[in-house]
Amino acid sequence: MGVNYEIRKNTYYDSVTLMLISKDISKIEGVNDAIVGMGTDLNKELAERIKMSNDEIKAIAANDFFISADLSDDSVWESVIGKLNELLNKKASENSMDYKPKSINSALTYQSDSNIAIISVPGEYAAAEARKALDEGLHVMLFSDNVSIKDEKDLKELAYEKGLLMMGPDCGTAIINNVPLAFANVVNKGDIGIVAASGTGTQEVSVIIDKLGKGVSQVIGTGGRDLKEEIGGISMMQGLDALIKDDATSVIVLISKPPALDISKKILEIASKSPKPVVVDFIGGDYDMIKSYGVYPSVTLEDAARKAVALSKGEKPVDFIGFSKSESEIESMVQNEVDRFDSKQKYIRGLYTGGTLTDEAMKMLGSDFGCIYSNIPLDPKCKLGDSSKSIKYTCIDLGDDEFTQGRPHPMIDPSTRAERLILEAEDETVAIILMDFVLGYGSNEDPVGEMIESIQFAKDNAKKRGQYLCVVGSICGTDKDPQNLIESQMKLEENDVIVMPSNAQAVRFVKKTIEKIG
Amino acid sequence: MSKINELFKKEISVVNVGLESFYNELKSQDVKAIHVDWRPPAFGNKKMSSLLSRLKSK
Repeated sequence: MGVNYEIRKNTYYDSVTLMLISKDISKIEGVNDAIVGMGTDLNKELAERIKMSNDEIKAIAANDFFISADLSDDSVWESVIGKLNELLNKKASENSMDYKPKSINSALTYQSDSNIAIISVPGEYAAAEARKALDEGLHVMLFSDNVSIKDEKDLKELAYEKGLLMMGPDCGTAIINNVPLAFANVVNKGDIGIVAASGTGTQEVSVIIDKLGKGVSQVIGTGGRDLKEEIGGISMMQGLDALIKDDATSVIVLISKPPALDISKKILEIASKSPKPVVVDFIGGDYDMIKSYGVYPSVTLEDAARKAVALSKGEKPVDFIGFSKSESEIESMVQNEVDRFDSKQKYIRGLYTGGTLTDEAMKMLGSDFGCIYSNIPLDPKCKLGDSSKSIKYTCIDLGDDEFTQGRPHPMIDPSTRAERLILEAEDETVAIILMDFVLGYGSNEDPVGEMIESIQFAKDNAKKRGQYLCVVGSICGTDKDPQNLIESQMKLEENDVIVMPSNAQAVRFVKKTIEKIG
Repeated sequence: MSKINELFKKEISVVNVGLESFYNELKSQDVKAIHVDWRPPAFGNKKMSSLLSRLKSK
């Protein structure tokens, strides 16, 4: 019994591959814990912290692969290595016929018409690769996070000088010329252009535009820090300018968390001069201030999509603050849920994979219930002391850094959320679980299917103690996404999950239900 | 016409550096893409890497 390890020098695998392998290895009977990774400082520290390191592991470099496992029986080691080799061989056989150059430079020799680089290397190396791409005249989507704000500013200034797009760092979503890049949905082609500093917020808006029968021209991501004072909104201004000049775009949508005030004014100033209508969702931003610039402020992501669609059809946009179903249908659905709770049940637990969707939920729930506790609260006094333990009304962003250190994002690997759901459902004061299900490229191949077992388990557990657990969700996906939207919705409904057409409607429904419980 | 607006009129041709899954997804959509077999510079040795980049910038 004890820690077994193996080191393979000069053998490199990307982080998602490694984390998915780690997940499969951990499932082997007799493996208490396992770490599979490259010898980066972060991984070596992690191995040390969980007591799975030794002097050999401490001495390896970022280009060396290692596996270390805590086993209940040493004889399991053979199956661990067997499984590891099987997974790595499978990986090696993928695209084995494709030419894979060693650098951006040599890639350009082979594919000379390249026009955009998607960069997702570890943060410490990301700025250097992005700089190389810009120097070669490529537009850049920088998916990597952990890039310094100084590097971000330098890269964006360089891109601006060269007239190139610099999307990111930490840009997860873009659709350029109708090609979804990284985490994005398959959306109809249309005349609505989006510039956004938010990943899932952008996915939600583009998906709803598609569901309403319209489509997008371009979706330009900026990365979450673009509208901070230090960066000054360089990418959003560039994107906005490009959409104003783009013949295929007739309506523009801007999405961000509330920007720094000066930056907000700068962006709105440009938007106010746009010959095309501009819809703005600065989630939680000042509605009247935005409106004073002659643009269209929106109350939710869905509202932004609806307003853009109305403008694209030449109709007058109006605030959408209700439901797709009739008021009476919703009232009876709410009553039906309320009747099934017992007197102890009053709280909600939002378990989100999307940060912007979490923000939107907290903003919409408002202050009527006191604090909405979170790991990313709107008000610092509502921050959870320990993010692994919810209190009263809580909304968690499970995609936040503290949950993704050494683990895949919950949109790729739903297991963290599945475990959390079961934990929340053990709390007898919980009435409603609120969830998002994000489909599209980049996401897990069956985000709903992977959660069903724990939804059933949580509901059964509540039932055993004489309670009813309500689960409300919304699916951010189109019928063209690689996952099956209709099947996903059916699976949820068959398991007694209330599926609403948008995150905003899901939150609104939950709020009504909680208010009715009193 | 700006380079960004020019891009909007062209076929996308991607250089993917990092996660291979992004490359696989682009290929599954028949998008022109090439994957760079990226590794940390200087065999992952930070000190060597910093020396090399200083030499290169001279």
